Amino acid sequence: MTPRSGLAWLAGLGVVGAGIALAGLRVNPYVYFAGYVILQYVVIATAWNILGGYAGYVNFGTPAFFAMGAYTAVFLIQSLRAPLPVLILAGGLVAALLGLGIGYLTLRLRGVFFSIATLALSVVLQTMIINWEYVGGSRGLSVIRPSGPPFGSYVTFLFTVMVGLAVLSVMVARFIERSWIGRGLAALRDNEEAAECMGVPTLRLKLFATTISGFLLGVAGAPFPYYVTFVEPNSAFALDYAVNALAMPMIGGTTSWAGPVIGAVLLGTAQQLATVTISSEMNLFIVGVVLVAFVVLAPEGILGLVRRLRGR
Amino acid sequence: MAGALLEIHGLVKRFGGFTALNRVTLHVKEGERFGLIGPNGSGKTTLINCVSGSLRPDDGRIVFAGRDITALPAHQRTRLGIARSFQIPKPFTSMTVQENLDIPLEYAGHARARDAGAEAAEILRAIGLDAKAHLRPSGLTQIEMRKLELARAMAARPKLLISDEAMAGLSSAEVDDILAILFRLNGEGITIIMIEHIMRAVMRFSERIVVLDAGERIAEGTPDEIVRNPAVEKAYLGE
Repeated sequence: MTPRSGLAWLAGLGVVGAGIALAGLRVNPYVYFAGYVILQYVVIATAWNILGGYAGYVNFGTPAFFAMGAYTAVFLIQSLRAPLPVLILAGGLVAALLGLGIGYLTLRLRGVFFSIATLALSVVLQTMIINWEYVGGSRGLSVIRPSGPPFGSYVTFLFTVMVGLAVLSVMVARFIERSWIGRGLAALRDNEEAAECMGVPTLRLKLFATTISGFLLGVAGAPFPYYVTFVEPNSAFALDYAVNALAMPMIGGTTSWAGPVIGAVLLGTAQQLATVTISSEMNLFIVGVVLVAFVVLAPEGILGLVRRLRGR
Repeated sequence: MAGALLEIHGLVKRFGGFTALNRVTLHVKEGERFGLIGPNGSGKTTLINCVSGSLRPDDGRIVFAGRDITALPAHQRTRLGIARSFQIPKPFTSMTVQENLDIPLEYAGHARARDAGAEAAEILRAIGLDAKAHLRPSGLTQIEMRKLELARAMAARPKLLISDEAMAGLSSAEVDDILAILFRLNGEGITIIMIEHIMRAVMRFSERIVVLDAGERIAEGTPDEIVRNPAVEKAYLGE
């Protein structure tokens, strides 16, 4: 372990500690409620960026992966009343399998065609869930939280869990970025044919990226049923996830793990504030305006902007 | 065939109804300077795409260093020792020139990430790009871009280097510059296949030349024999 990665682990532990401390403070419950959503977006944006930012394969199907996590959890709650850690792991694994599947799509589909296929995937899965009565079908399903969370109220508990998941996903992304895997992904993003001819096993790396990205997106979705306590297809497959997953890394900067985190915290917070002060419909409007502004004015995101101001 | 590094047996490649390569057979000896020429659309690039693994042939076999590589993916062929440069340079645009070399060094040249830097610097110095090591490829001139293609191929530590029109569009002095690099690499023991339209360069460089026309092999010989071959003249100039 290099001193730098040791420092990163320490920082990660620090964030988790701060999260637990914040959960113990018992401030206004809304803080945890909103904080959960922002942290969930840190996970989603980070996971999306492993495939979209590092490997350059733009996934419009984020809702499919998120909902796979959520509905795996619903299924396991319905059938086994499985505990939360099992839900998270299982939700991640099912979404990882889905990721592996779309990884094989990259053999034939590149660029915008890959993106269209992932969008279609989301529609197909939503239709399947709508017709599956056991998990609530189109009407949705009420989920009863287990009584007695390990500490605090259930929402503060879920908030703490999400802090942990956010730290975990950022660590994974950071590790990938700095390893030979990240360098290989960058090469295939720049030019897939040249990368393959320079010895990069492009298919294997792409499968790795889609699987890990899918896993983390599923992980983000697994606690969702307990958070909202009522799961229905329109909220689990919401367009918001597809748009935010793409907008947050774009705004923060896609080439480094810090980009999605910055984007998720800024946009996520702005959306939460807008929901409270203006209206919940303002959410996507804000994302749209900010995204257009960034794509035009700062295509490399906030990180790129900082780099430019520093004179590279 | 004794001493053959690369053997191509009856290679066929079709694109729909169009036959780009029709039962092409050829051998490249170890350490040889081999020229592959032919008019536009004769199948030269298709042939080397089949050798490097970017394309799968419909029929035929490719044997490299005694091993059948016909079904091997491109990245594994690179690791075995086949490297190529691209006719239209395909640099990794988000990386610096030096980082461009780190990829093949790390993935194919068996260098650990730590000493890749020193090796990359050495290759860049040998090829004359050391002053540009920390630039992005977008800041390079045409000839520097071609040199980067060659440098990146060298970083894969190849036994066989395929140079696909590395000199197209360059000035006469620049052609000499690239030729000198290729001669030096060959002197270090690397077998080189040169695909080129600049006859002055191929004729000077190659020990043996194979001519393709419309996917068929129409001639083989030393540069002198090729120049005097009526079939070659016909392929280039018509009746």
